[in-house]
Amino acid sequence: MLSIAHVGKTYDNAVRALDGVSLAVAPGEIVAVVGGSGCGKSTLLRLVSGLDNPSQGTVALDGDTIMSPHEKIGIVFQEPRLLPWLTVAGNVGFGLTSLLKAERRERVARQLDRVGLADKANMWPRELSGGQAQRVALARALVMRPAVLLLDEPFSALDAFTRVDLQDHLLDLWADSKPTLVVVTHDVDEAIVLADRVVVMHPQPGRVFAEIEIDLPRPRDRQSAAYDFAKRRVLAALDRSLNRKITDDRETKSETGAAMWW
Amino acid sequence: MTVTEPALATARQPRSFAHPASLALGLLLPVGLALAWELAVRAGLSDGRLVPPPSRIWDTLAELASTGELQRHTLATVLRVAAGFGLGVVAGTLAGAITGYSALMRGLLDPTLQALRAIPSIAWVPLFILWLGIFESSKITLIAVGVFFPVYLGVMGAVLSVDRKIVEVGRVFRLSGPAMVWRILLPAVLPAYVIALRSGLGLGWMFVVAAELLGASEGLGYLLVDGQQLGKPAQIVAAIVVFAVIGKTTDWMLTSAAAPFLRWEDRYGARA
Repeated sequence: MLSIAHVGKTYDNAVRALDGVSLAVAPGEIVAVVGGSGCGKSTLLRLVSGLDNPSQGTVALDGDTIMSPHEKIGIVFQEPRLLPWLTVAGNVGFGLTSLLKAERRERVARQLDRVGLADKANMWPRELSGGQAQRVALARALVMRPAVLLLDEPFSALDAFTRVDLQDHLLDLWADSKPTLVVVTHDVDEAIVLADRVVVMHPQPGRVFAEIEIDLPRPRDRQSAAYDFAKRRVLAALDRSLNRKITDDRETKSETGAAMWW
Repeated sequence: MTVTEPALATARQPRSFAHPASLALGLLLPVGLALAWELAVRAGLSDGRLVPPPSRIWDTLAELASTGELQRHTLATVLRVAAGFGLGVVAGTLAGAITGYSALMRGLLDPTLQALRAIPSIAWVPLFILWLGIFESSKITLIAVGVFFPVYLGVMGAVLSVDRKIVEVGRVFRLSGPAMVWRILLPAVLPAYVIALRSGLGLGWMFVVAAELLGASEGLGYLLVDGQQLGKPAQIVAAIVVFAVIGKTTDWMLTSAAAPFLRWEDRYGARA
């Protein structure tokens, strides 16, 4: 159980990114966090990953308070962040140093096969396409067999076709060992395709505005009426979260929010 | 000493020299001028006294080599550069790494070092001679000072510019301090470090000439002064040619020595 309890985060420059965020994520659950820009969704993920620490409240995994990166928690960033001086296989095996060489090679090979890049093992990161590089980043996180995998807008830099492809692929990989997934995204479609539950955040300071269960069987048909209905519910919640903001100060209306509505 | 500057300029594109066509193109001007001058002197258009033709330079080199003079002077110079370069690199690397890694140390040390850097290094010579005497110590110190600054600046800049996002990858994988240095920082700064070492080496060759011009009884710089005082321009040009050759050779040795280190990085990835 991943539990985020009354978490607040104020940066050194006095920007209040998060305020009183509480969220419990069950093992194997997929949660998508959506919200306009500046709603603190990426900050929340950094706190869960242990890369940053909350100013108030606690993040805990199975009772362990997270104050620094945890071996059971993996993360995939918006950019692949592969190490350019290591091959694809070297990048995937980067965290497996405690294993014997043969075992490590075996695990890396199996994981690369699983993400469909077995033939790219000896290539350099610079030789990969954006989608392939992000698959390597996924493999690097998954090979550690994390209990929780955090994804920070993982496919937002990719073209629409590759993105849909990787969303399906992610679900396929998830089915292997069913880790908890927390996906931060600004793409409502991505949230609905992936998640059991969509958390809509309200900006400045970031708060949980609404939680919407997506009770649709997988694989989800992106064209179905039920999918459309779920999407409309999330969009409506997003709109309300931003409207409330607009009444506060009209001139800082978020363009991301506007784009989401239209 | 001028050979070191083009070496720096090509640091980012070492391959351009490997291309046979561009090599031939680059050689066209110097070889053509040398041949033209040789022919002009042979044809009696000039006596070649102040600007000796290539054949006379070659004869001078052969003569110096046959008496063992050339070897003795070259060895003296190479040893000075080696000692000064070694000291400068160790000090520059340590200072650069410390100031790059710690903002506190950077705030403490960098302003002073930058102020010292603004002093033309030759200005230290009288002081070094008073402190360290006229023999090897003062010369080696001067060379070390010349090597220190480019290495210091290069290492500090490289450490500072390591991508925070890559460092975070190391943090996510919970690397210890030494592992972070060894597996993330070192490979990340390596290419910039090689360039810093090459700049340092170039300045080392520049400063050994300055040190030897200011008073030495042996070394290639001594050959320069000796050639001037005795009116032997061929000897001066011969010494310059030797500087060019060993300057380029040591630069090549440095890049070649770095190449297997970079290959090792490759193998490190491959074995994982």
